Amino acid sequence: MYEAADLRKGLKIQIEGEPYILTDFSFVKPGKGQALYKCKLKNLITGSQFDRTFRSGDRFEPADLDEQEMEFLYQEGSQYCFMNTSSYEQVEMEEEQVGDAKNYLTNNIKVSVSFFQAKPMAINLPTFVDLKVVKADPGVKGDTATGATKPVTMETGYEIQVPLFIEEGETLRLDTRTGQYVSRVKE
Amino acid sequence: MVDLARLIQKRENLVLRGRILQSVRRFFQERDFLEVATPLLNPSLIPEDHIHPIETDAGFLLPSPEIHMKRFLAAGYDRVFQIGPCFRKGERGEHHLPEFTMLEWYRAREDYRALADDCEELLTAVGRDLFGRAGIEYRGASIDLAPPWQRLPVKEAFLDHAGWDPLEEERPERFEQDLSEKVVPALDKGKPVFLLDFPAYEASLARKKPADPRAAERIELFAGGLELANGFSELTDPEEQRCRFEETNERRRARGEKAHPLPDKFLAFLADMPPSAGIALGIDRLVMLLAGASHIDEVIALAPEDL
Repeated sequence: MYEAADLRKGLKIQIEGEPYILTDFSFVKPGKGQALYKCKLKNLITGSQFDRTFRSGDRFEPADLDEQEMEFLYQEGSQYCFMNTSSYEQVEMEEEQVGDAKNYLTNNIKVSVSFFQAKPMAINLPTFVDLKVVKADPGVKGDTATGATKPVTMETGYEIQVPLFIEEGETLRLDTRTGQYVSRVKE
Repeated sequence: MVDLARLIQKRENLVLRGRILQSVRRFFQERDFLEVATPLLNPSLIPEDHIHPIETDAGFLLPSPEIHMKRFLAAGYDRVFQIGPCFRKGERGEHHLPEFTMLEWYRAREDYRALADDCEELLTAVGRDLFGRAGIEYRGASIDLAPPWQRLPVKEAFLDHAGWDPLEEERPERFEQDLSEKVVPALDKGKPVFLLDFPAYEASLARKKPADPRAAERIELFAGGLELANGFSELTDPEEQRCRFEETNERRRARGEKAHPLPDKFLAFLADMPPSAGIALGIDRLVMLLAGASHIDEVIALAPEDL
């Protein structure tokens, strides 16, 4: 069982037999009062969302999901196609289900997919993903210390803020939990 | 693999933070407050309902220096302040850190109204030191720091925005939820605001209002939706304080939480403390306000996740 202190964005819990994922989470502790855990929950089957505030002392059932290792094959329109790396079975997920993970899906990237009663529900990305920068305006040369950033576009179409010294063609490591730049990957 | 990018990006905020700390120190020195430094590790604690201390095998890491600051008041020091780390287990969010920086100041022979005046003067002085004016921009909205700021009784705020009187009904859980979801979001965003006269059940260290003992002389400062400071006219009756601590421990036990041993030395010197007022202000949150930051991580050098 999860406790309130375990709540975080991306956690999957079961409510009345259905799997939910926390799409947003905020810890609030007014004055010297009780901690309040404000969550946005999305039903993984129906996609419907609702808000709920939990308190310390509340307990949650982990969602009864089956995790399978899959490889991303291709995207066609709004469908994303994955293949189970052991059984070679293919499965398709809608863009809506894929969500923010689409920012990190490169050819053949291995991810884990959560299944509920044999249907794909959600993608679990590795914590760090390496992507190439395909579009970057040059920053001011030597400007590493001011802390200023510029937007660049990654090979997946994802736009992100990075330090000014990053150039087109470089490979960057991104943290999939925050969507942010972590470091350059030297080849 | 170490992420230096975040630290590089924070430089402007960290420079501002340094200037804020200098300005805060100058403010208190100019008013004859003595800066003190007291231990962070302590064998006992002030029992609180919802604060979970970090316990080590050498003692507790204090969630607040209050237990020591009041000893100065009992020893005849009239004005003291301290800036330092405080520790609270399990508090992590956009405005929370398990290890954060707190400013506390205490005035002998004054009550909580003097603290409100201090807050007005402090923020105005710091705002002028940093920006040359008594107004700031916070996340797209202008906040006018010029005093006077509204002093809104909690009873009125709750009747207006939550539809019930927390002095009439003792509902601590409901109080805390409505405070954060209904009352604070409805406060005037153009200026800092004080909420005061909290229900006595929400202020176990505060003196009750002689005119209405259902309320306690507790005051909180809000600006830009941030809860910045929490102060009170201090309770100085050791018997009443011991009772309230025991009630707190009972409630903790009822919730299955650890009850902490009572701080006997604190209760002993409480009898020597003159009527006083004390307040705690979150330095990180003050920096957030002045730097325009929406997340506390933006104004500290290293977050727990960077370690």
